[in-house]
Amino acid sequence: MEAKRTLRNLTAIVVGMFAFGWLLVPMYDVFCEITGLNGKVTGPSFLSEESKAITEQRELLVQFMTHNNESMPWFFDSERSQMRVITGNQYEANFVFYNPTNKEMIGQVIPSVSPGRGAEYFHKTECFCFERQTLAAGERIELPVRFIIDPALPKEIGSLSLGYTLFDITDRVQPKNDLANL
Amino acid sequence: MSTVVETHDHGHHGPAKGLSRWLFTTNHKDIGTLYLWFSFIMLFIGGSMAMVIRAELFQPGLQIVQPEFFNQMTTNHGLIMVFGVIMPAFVGLANWMLPMQIGAPDMALPRLNNLSFWLLPMAFGILISTLFMPEGGPNFGWTFYAPLSTTYAPSTVNFFIFSVHIMGVSSILGSINIITTIFNMRAPGMTLMKMPLFVWSWLITAYLLIAVMPVLAGVVTMMLMDINFGTSFFNAAGGGDPVLFQHVFWFFGHPEVYIMILPAFGIVSHIIETFSRKPIFGYSSMVYAMASIAILSFVVWAHHMFTVGMPLAGELFFMYSTMLIAIPTGVKVFNWVATMFRGSISFETPMLFSIAFVALFTIGGFSGIMLAIVPADFQYHDTYFVVAHFHYVLVPGALFGIIAGAYYWLPKWTGNMYDETLGKLHFWLTFISVNVTFFPMHFVGLAGMPRRYPDYALQFADFNALISVGAFVFGLTQLLFLFIVIKAIKSGKKAKPEVWEGAGDLGLEWTLSSPPPYHSFTVQPQLK
Amino acid sequence: MVMPVMFSSHVFSEDSDYNMKVGVTEVSQSIFELHMLIFWICVGIGVIVFSIMFWSLFKYRKSKGAVAADFDDNLWLEIGWTVAATVVLIWMAVPATQVMVEAYDDAEGEINILITGHQWKWHYEYLEDEVGFFSNLATSQEQINGEVPKGEFYLREVDEPLVIPTNTRIRFLITGNDVIHSWWVPDFAVKQDAIPGFINTAWTNVPEPGIFRGACTELCGIKHAFMPVVVRAVEREEFDAYIAEKVTLAEAERLLTSKNWTKEELMERGESFYATNCSACHQAGGQGIPPVFPALDGSQIALSDSARHIQILMEGVQGSAMAAFGESYSEVDIASVITYTRQAWSNGKNGDGVIVTPKDIVDYKNRIDL
Repeated sequence: MEAKRTLRNLTAIVVGMFAFGWLLVPMYDVFCEITGLNGKVTGPSFLSEESKAITEQRELLVQFMTHNNESMPWFFDSERSQMRVITGNQYEANFVFYNPTNKEMIGQVIPSVSPGRGAEYFHKTECFCFERQTLAAGERIELPVRFIIDPALPKEIGSLSLGYTLFDITDRVQPKNDLANL
Repeated sequence: MSTVVETHDHGHHGPAKGLSRWLFTTNHKDIGTLYLWFSFIMLFIGGSMAMVIRAELFQPGLQIVQPEFFNQMTTNHGLIMVFGVIMPAFVGLANWMLPMQIGAPDMALPRLNNLSFWLLPMAFGILISTLFMPEGGPNFGWTFYAPLSTTYAPSTVNFFIFSVHIMGVSSILGSINIITTIFNMRAPGMTLMKMPLFVWSWLITAYLLIAVMPVLAGVVTMMLMDINFGTSFFNAAGGGDPVLFQHVFWFFGHPEVYIMILPAFGIVSHIIETFSRKPIFGYSSMVYAMASIAILSFVVWAHHMFTVGMPLAGELFFMYSTMLIAIPTGVKVFNWVATMFRGSISFETPMLFSIAFVALFTIGGFSGIMLAIVPADFQYHDTYFVVAHFHYVLVPGALFGIIAGAYYWLPKWTGNMYDETLGKLHFWLTFISVNVTFFPMHFVGLAGMPRRYPDYALQFADFNALISVGAFVFGLTQLLFLFIVIKAIKSGKKAKPEVWEGAGDLGLEWTLSSPPPYHSFTVQPQLK
Repeated sequence: MVMPVMFSSHVFSEDSDYNMKVGVTEVSQSIFELHMLIFWICVGIGVIVFSIMFWSLFKYRKSKGAVAADFDDNLWLEIGWTVAATVVLIWMAVPATQVMVEAYDDAEGEINILITGHQWKWHYEYLEDEVGFFSNLATSQEQINGEVPKGEFYLREVDEPLVIPTNTRIRFLITGNDVIHSWWVPDFAVKQDAIPGFINTAWTNVPEPGIFRGACTELCGIKHAFMPVVVRAVEREEFDAYIAEKVTLAEAERLLTSKNWTKEELMERGESFYATNCSACHQAGGQGIPPVFPALDGSQIALSDSARHIQILMEGVQGSAMAAFGESYSEVDIASVITYTRQAWSNGKNGDGVIVTPKDIVDYKNRIDL
């Protein structure tokens, strides 16, 4: 019957669009990576062969920003707040993590590069982003970030800022009743 | 359009008696009536919330409500007006008019129709009940941006999500019904390009609804999981992104904006041709314009978020695509004006509301173009200029379209003419107060007053007092509308089948008696 | 950009109550001119369309015996106005794109300022000098409640404005601490969302000294309307002196920790800290707004559990609006506000009377090392 077919097609559209809504999540991630939207960056990445072939180098300012999200009590800082670097060379910057509380906690660092379109030129050959850091009570650690600024970085970008936000994910990893603490 | 019609008024198969008539009805007119009364009641509930907002903003300082309650009022006012007033009113009009306009006895799926209506009181019962819970109702704006609506939300957000799910199911079922009816139940000879424009506008709207309501359902489900099951769709701590929420939300949200205006385009087109006594100018360009608006609505969503920090190319893309929408919208306005040109125009209440619709909706369109200009939007974004813009397209736009449609078809529905004098009074009071309310919002917005503020700096005081006065008059005037509708139901001059002079040739609905038989067309009419 | 003289900024007063701010920067002035250009184009279209419409309504009244014509399309007319609309849109899009490119500029900033939106205050940090501070609403609750007359800068004043030098390229890095906020200064035409976990950038270059007032423009909760932005632009020399003083003050603050504090000194300092940072939620009388913001007056923690009291201030309470203050404020501030809340209201006579000193906070921070 004609109406049955219409119904079947419409139901398929509804189901398809519901699935599409969820598909937007991975699509958005891919889109962000391509366009550098939000300065979203992935884990370690390396210079491409084409970039290695660029011999022209220039100097620019790289800044490090650390920020604790809401009630994260750790002390988290970069050893230096900014440094001048030459594109194509590898540099290292150290970050300090210190858990001053009397309990073991788990933190996770989310990176963000600004301006966003510079994100794809900020190659971190080694970094602690997206990794869970478990610190015992009173533990202090230093972690390095090694990075290369891609020589293909557009001329208009005069400085790059690498921002790290530290989140407390202890409860997300080990759920417990928060109300008991109030 | 000429028709050969045979109507039989079968005495049997009339409505059941008492409450069960309304609870179990599968009749398109009964369900249409239910939808329209539901949206009328919600208009007064959502309107009272607007009155609370305007009372608080009458003067600077906190006088009547605290910010926490104020935020609940703005949020629920928005949700109720969008999902509880405009959308159900359009569905109600569709239920009443579509079968009559296409020459069908009823909707294609009558039992589903009953279900999609009765889901709505449930959804809004749940939503409104949150206001009486100790933590209060949703307070994060009708756009419910994460993380304010997830990590930082009151626990009643779960009720809100559940209620949005139910509204979504109701809209999707309603749309499926409408599309199936339009595709399968048209009178012989009524090809797609001969369908009345209201039917066309609803066909396109229904497709938009089934395309985006599932996306809304998806986004609230993600919220639900973030809040209760430890996922991280919108939580940066787990690698998610709060901006993702805005992208997915507005992917639903922008087509939603056109869902709230396209049916009004259809209604107003009918009214203007009726009272200009001249066929609508550019019928096919009207259809193509609506279709292009609908298609473009899927690629403009990020113009709601020009300040989230998108790359230059992204900002420019969304600016250009948004500006493109002005072309089909402009074509529609030009067509309406060309329909009036060299007509024979009379000014009954529905026509007055439709003329006001064309003029004021166009003003809303102008501020829309201004908002599309990204650099200027940096100054307009999230100020009262935006509030002015979307109220101009939704109140004198969508709501005027609904009121015009109600006056236009009320004699058909009830068999009685409404009181024309009171109708005109209603129009003029509404027209003046709507402008007193929303026009000064442009000025306070440009001068720098952000939206969703329970309190403001002294420089905005004069305009805000004026806006509040306008809003109170506007609110009270709608009680007059209620009175006019009840009066027309109870008594009034008997209406002829064609109701409006010359309307008999304009559509199948005018060939039926006023009020029409319980099952509209038991014998299909044949279009010549 | 070439603009007709009539659109230039001089026609409108600088601080209009009904039009967009012209602002003080090149970008804000270009945006103002763009705004006026688009506005006048819209007015022009409106005048044409509405005159035809109202003239038709007047001329073709049925009451005057108008007889309807019978045309319902005209291909060339329809093509004509579609093309006309497109041309007008291109006319708007060209200058819009130019101003857009001007506003988006990723060149290096001479001064870099990290702006963090908190519920409900702004934090500013000068990245070069590593000094920072919170900027809170300075309007009193009595003014908001209407108990005293409202001041000239009602809701547009802060305890400590952001200070920037004139004629210097300033780069703002903007982020959020909890929910999304949005930092807006109309005079600079800078409006940028402050999103937790992500950093947005904006820039400005202010040619003249002055005080510029703005607001938070993204709904961020109860006190969304109560976290204004105030920026003071000063000459470069004055700015350098200001920063030098800030650095010295930060040093002095650290020294204060070793001083021996009396209960009265702590109470006095704690009271003002409480009024600025705590009373929004916990209320001036300590009664809170249960169940969201618990009462401090009569709270068991404030009465008899100083260790937990310190811990809450330092670490916050997960899953609630109570943030960790440990990293953002000095030991002196934390200690004084704890002491204050333990002594104020009915807590003083009902509680254990423990006084928390800055040294206790230092010990807390170091206790595991000891």
